[in-house]
Amino acid sequence: MLEAVVFWSLSTVAVAAGIAVFVVDSMARATYALAVSFVAVGLALLLVELDYVGLVTVLMMVMEMAVMAVYMIMFMGMNPALMPMSMVHAHRTAIVAGVGSFVLLSAGALLVPWPERRSQPVPDATVALGDALMGSKMLVMMMVSPVMLATIIAGVTLASARTRYDRLGDDLDRRTPDDPQRGGVGR
Amino acid sequence: MAEVVVQVAPAWALLAALLTATVALGGAGLDGVLAARLGGRPARAGAATPITETARLLRQRRRTTLAADKPLWRIGVGGLGVVALLMVAVVPLGRWTLLDLPVGVVWFNAMDVMVWALVWLAGWGPNAVHSLVGGYRFLAQALAYELPLMFALTAPAVAAESLRLADVVAAQQGLWFVVWIPVAFGVYCLSVVGFSVWGPLAPAAAADIAGGVLSELSGPDRLLLLAGRYALLTAGAAFAVPMFLGGGAGPLLPGWAWVLIKTLLLVAALVAMRRRLPSLRPDRFVEVGWLVLLPAVLLQVLIVAVVAVMGG
Amino acid sequence: MTLESLLVVASALFGVGLYGALSQQVVVMVMMGLELMLNGVILAAAACWWFLAPDPTGQVLLLVVIAAMTVEMAMGFAVAIVLNRHAGTDMTDMAAELSR
Repeated sequence: MLEAVVFWSLSTVAVAAGIAVFVVDSMARATYALAVSFVAVGLALLLVELDYVGLVTVLMMVMEMAVMAVYMIMFMGMNPALMPMSMVHAHRTAIVAGVGSFVLLSAGALLVPWPERRSQPVPDATVALGDALMGSKMLVMMMVSPVMLATIIAGVTLASARTRYDRLGDDLDRRTPDDPQRGGVGR
Repeated sequence: MAEVVVQVAPAWALLAALLTATVALGGAGLDGVLAARLGGRPARAGAATPITETARLLRQRRRTTLAADKPLWRIGVGGLGVVALLMVAVVPLGRWTLLDLPVGVVWFNAMDVMVWALVWLAGWGPNAVHSLVGGYRFLAQALAYELPLMFALTAPAVAAESLRLADVVAAQQGLWFVVWIPVAFGVYCLSVVGFSVWGPLAPAAAADIAGGVLSELSGPDRLLLLAGRYALLTAGAAFAVPMFLGGGAGPLLPGWAWVLIKTLLLVAALVAMRRRLPSLRPDRFVEVGWLVLLPAVLLQVLIVAVVAVMGG
Repeated sequence: MTLESLLVVASALFGVGLYGALSQQVVVMVMMGLELMLNGVILAAAACWWFLAPDPTGQVLLLVVIAAMTVEMAMGFAVAIVLNRHAGTDMTDMAAELSR
């Protein structure tokens, strides 16, 4: 009973916050409404005994939203004052697509004859996840690591405006880089 | 010989809040004493500073700014104390704990990331320049210490082969982790100072931007943010006790007494850091965090992992 | 809390996210819509894991989805910065030309 109450309140919060992202008047509110939606889903994952994955979702998403707020303000240049902002294109198509996909997927969820549960949950899901990642699903771990590294490198390469020739001179021979702000270890 | 940790009823959270508030008050008192001694005033006046300041701020009028984002502002300011309480909820006080999560270490990590959002919101809310600069400074600095903190939290978990705090305490029966995982402990203490906006890592509330996130706060809001900083210091110190300092281990006194004593000592050390170390600028600290702290902590985790594999 | 109720909530999140991804003009808001869709996917995957096959290996899919979200965010922000630098805009409509 308590579980049902918690689940339905978390679900309402998640969906309402998700709708609020596109409705509120301020960029910071939109970003943090998305953060609230993610925290609600992370807590809902705790209800199905996915402790580690749920907490990691909450952790990552709050951090991402804090950084995303910085980008929002940077690009849209808005101040904390609330001003109505509604920058949409193809609004009706989007609403039809959104509602249509919801109806289609819910119909599928409700009408498909789901099979019976195949196995019993183990008592410690986190240990089992660790064993799986390091054992039978090692390929996933091996694949995710270079993908993350490539993402870091690609992201920094795309985002930074100054190349190494700007920093180290035309022959790459300057001893200390020519940065507008020197770093803490003297590089 | 692992002690069984008993998860108590949620009503005991009030006691946890009371203990946290008492230790935070003690930390604030110590800071007052140190400030008074530096200024040549008697220490007794300094020790009463938290009480007099609380009384003064409770009566002060609240400042309102033009077109402020009030809900976000209040959430940012008031949330720090709530997050500190949530951090304390997983710390075992001897044999009892409020939340016996199988992933207690990750819970603490998630809570300290909440501080990112809260301090930024406290800076964004009042629609004022200095507050906003303070909030952004906090994010820049947090990016530097967060990854070393995550790996510093992983080290004791690897050594104990569990993410549950009671298991981490039980694994320190022979030797406390602070003895053979010192780098992680040092990075952890630095990060506690960082997420509490304290001492050397307080550019978000620095005097050169008129107090930063504190600049537009007055009255009960200011009290909430200032108290929140001390509460976060307390929560960070309290979490270090099961992770690095052996939990309730110690002669003569019962487990819960040792947890309180160790927390008080660590809070005193962290509070004293404020006037001993110079301020670290966020743009310089970023390089230090990524090029010095992160490799050091990764090496530390490697050593711990090798020891765990060979010894276990 | 049945499988069907969790899946309906997940599809609601997916629908809201799809609306956002299709209708918003600003790149970062489109990314928020994509994040909401992946949010729904995470919830649906967790529901199917718990109610159909709570094997330990099923959680690995959840971690892969979270990793995909991370990668999408990082590359999306990097592309938004490049767009801002070259075309001086943050709207998707202005990014329709390959060269300016």
